[in-house]
Amino acid sequence: MNVVVCVKQIPDPAVPGELNSDHTLKREGKLILDESDSYGVEMALQLVDKAGGGEVTLISMAPNGEVSGLRTALAMGAAKAILVSDDALAGADSLTTAKVLAKCVERAEGTDLVLTATESTDGYTGTIPAQMAELLGWPSLTFAKEVHLEGGTAKIQRQTEAGYDVVEASLPAVVSVTAGVVEPRYPSFKGIMAAKSKPVDQVTTADLGLSAEAIAPNQTIVNVAAAPPREAGEKIEDDGTAFEKVVEFLDGLKVI
Amino acid sequence: MKIWVYAESEGDAPTTATLELVTKARELGTVEAIYVGDNAAAVAPALGAHGVAKVFAVDAGGSLAGVMGAAAMAGLVEAEAPDLILFAQSYDGRDALARLSVKLDRTVLTNGVGLSVEGDSITVRSAIFGGNTLVDTKFEGAKPALAAIRPKSFVAEAGGEAAAEVVNVDTPDAGRAAEAKVLETHVEEREGPKLEEATIVVSGGRGIGAAENYEPLVEELAKLIGGASGASRAIVDAGWVPYSKQVGQTGKTVKPKVYVALGISGATQHMVGMKGSDNIIAINKDGEAPIFSVADLGIVGDVHKVVPKLIEALKARK
Ligand SMILES: Cc1cc2nc3c(=O)[nH]c(=O)nc-3n(C[C@H](O)[C@H](O)[C@H](O)COP(=O)(O)OP(=O)(O)OC[C@H]3O[C@@H](n4cnc5c(N)ncnc54)[C@H](O)[C@@H]3O)c2cc1C
Ligand SMILES: Nc1ncnc2c1ncn2[C@@H]1O[C@H](COP(=O)(O)O)[C@@H](O)[C@H]1O
Repeated sequence: MNVVVCVKQIPDPAVPGELNSDHTLKREGKLILDESDSYGVEMALQLVDKAGGGEVTLISMAPNGEVSGLRTALAMGAAKAILVSDDALAGADSLTTAKVLAKCVERAEGTDLVLTATESTDGYTGTIPAQMAELLGWPSLTFAKEVHLEGGTAKIQRQTEAGYDVVEASLPAVVSVTAGVVEPRYPSFKGIMAAKSKPVDQVTTADLGLSAEAIAPNQTIVNVAAAPPREAGEKIEDDGTAFEKVVEFLDGLKVI
Repeated sequence: MKIWVYAESEGDAPTTATLELVTKARELGTVEAIYVGDNAAAVAPALGAHGVAKVFAVDAGGSLAGVMGAAAMAGLVEAEAPDLILFAQSYDGRDALARLSVKLDRTVLTNGVGLSVEGDSITVRSAIFGGNTLVDTKFEGAKPALAAIRPKSFVAEAGGEAAAEVVNVDTPDAGRAAEAKVLETHVEEREGPKLEEATIVVSGGRGIGAAENYEPLVEELAKLIGGASGASRAIVDAGWVPYSKQVGQTGKTVKPKVYVALGISGATQHMVGMKGSDNIIAINKDGEAPIFSVADLGIVGDVHKVVPKLIEALKARK
């Protein structure tokens, strides 16, 4: 069982985001593993373990040859990584990103399953998994909150607005997993040391055979503005009677 | 301008998110819908009443709806020439949008909260950084433009022609993608109003302390004031309540008349899903919690002390 996991490396979400003058997201600083992808990494390690053979390959697209987030996932137990770093990809849209990642899957060879998160923390388009599947000509099982492999098929519980569906497809396939699908492990000290020497295959779009045309964006940001702020109202310390304020407030709105 | 809406249904009715898109589209041009499923005859009247002239009905043949919808649209786009295709930022909506974007080799704009058309240029507004910053993005290149819009961005209102004409479309060939088959459907039980449609929403966060406190604090209060109960992602991930209750970026967007946040810190990803509420009440023991920056009434206090008293007082009024 060979599993490829998409791993996005993002600016620390605890630090407020900023835009460049061309309206793209600032990504200069150190990037970290998107927590959303730690679930895919853990799931992949467990599936390979259960299958009793194979390996986990990480794929990532990030600027400036960034590997910090990849090292975290390698320390969890992934075997190797492919990293696409190319100035031509600055401000890439989701379709372009999917094209790049699909090429990485082809480069990894012999892949049975691709795992992604349902959406990234900083981009959250949530379209990349199905876009990759369409590019690869594979089925996609999206929004999985449970994943089981049986023989050559993957069966998932797919999140829906009202509950969940059980959906099945044959492999190879792309599966996107929700947060909480498994409990990600913490890298051990041994894992962290081992990760330092694990192979990271650094490539450009040209290495992947993607033309400049294939990755050209066709959208333009025309305006960025601050949203009208929402004013805070009254704030009080509870002295044991604050509940009365709430009753009064609800009463004033005529909802009780 | 001809606009297509990827229509979804729940039971026999179009989803509210679908009707919101149709209502907005009607303002901007003529509207047609693509509907995947076996309820076309049942959903067509409501779609028509909101302004859809024609419904292309696709039989998914047991495969994932979005996948089959994308294949069907790809087959129709050339002959029908829509300028813009709108999707709800939903599960099937994103599947359909993503697959179609590859088939047509078009960029997509997602998480839209607004939409404008000038001549034949189409601009989508989206909110980033937890809704603090609004970004307007214009499509370049060939039509149709593809966009996903967050629920509750527009208000659904009837006002169209009578019934929509239903045109049946053959099950398209989606290749290996069609191998993803839906075997079972599970619907979680719900009491009281739907979260997205309730006039009052009471949500609980990690501050309620434990799973067993959700019922006596959050659900009880919601029930007393005729509201729906919601949650932050922290307690959904912890397994205290089902995902269907999650409010926020990766959960539901709600815009009730009153939103009550109990023990919720107010992370940007949570606020994005409830900031549009008319009135916000927050109870949190940390006076510095970000939720207070949007609260019309903020109570710095312990939910275990304030909420039981509140429940008693409300019961006493009845
Ligand atoms: C990609 C991504 C998507 C996300 N999507 C969502 C989403 O859709 N929805 C969402 O909610 N979150 C989402 N999050 C998570 C979000 O960032 C926060 O982690 C989450 O909202 C925190 O939940 P919380 O407020 O319940 O918990 P905490 O942040 O832990 O806050 C608990 C609060 O309870 C207060 N408290 C503790 N005890 C008491 C008491 N006795 N009485 C009163 N107050 C008390 C504390 O002061 C604190 O403010 C997302 C995160 C990411 C990265
Ligand atoms: N640059 C990237 N590198 C690796 N994986 C990515 C990248 N961008 C997106 N992904 C994967 O695709 C998922 C969906 O991303 P998005 O469409 O941005 O919400 C993410 O959660 C990742 O698993």
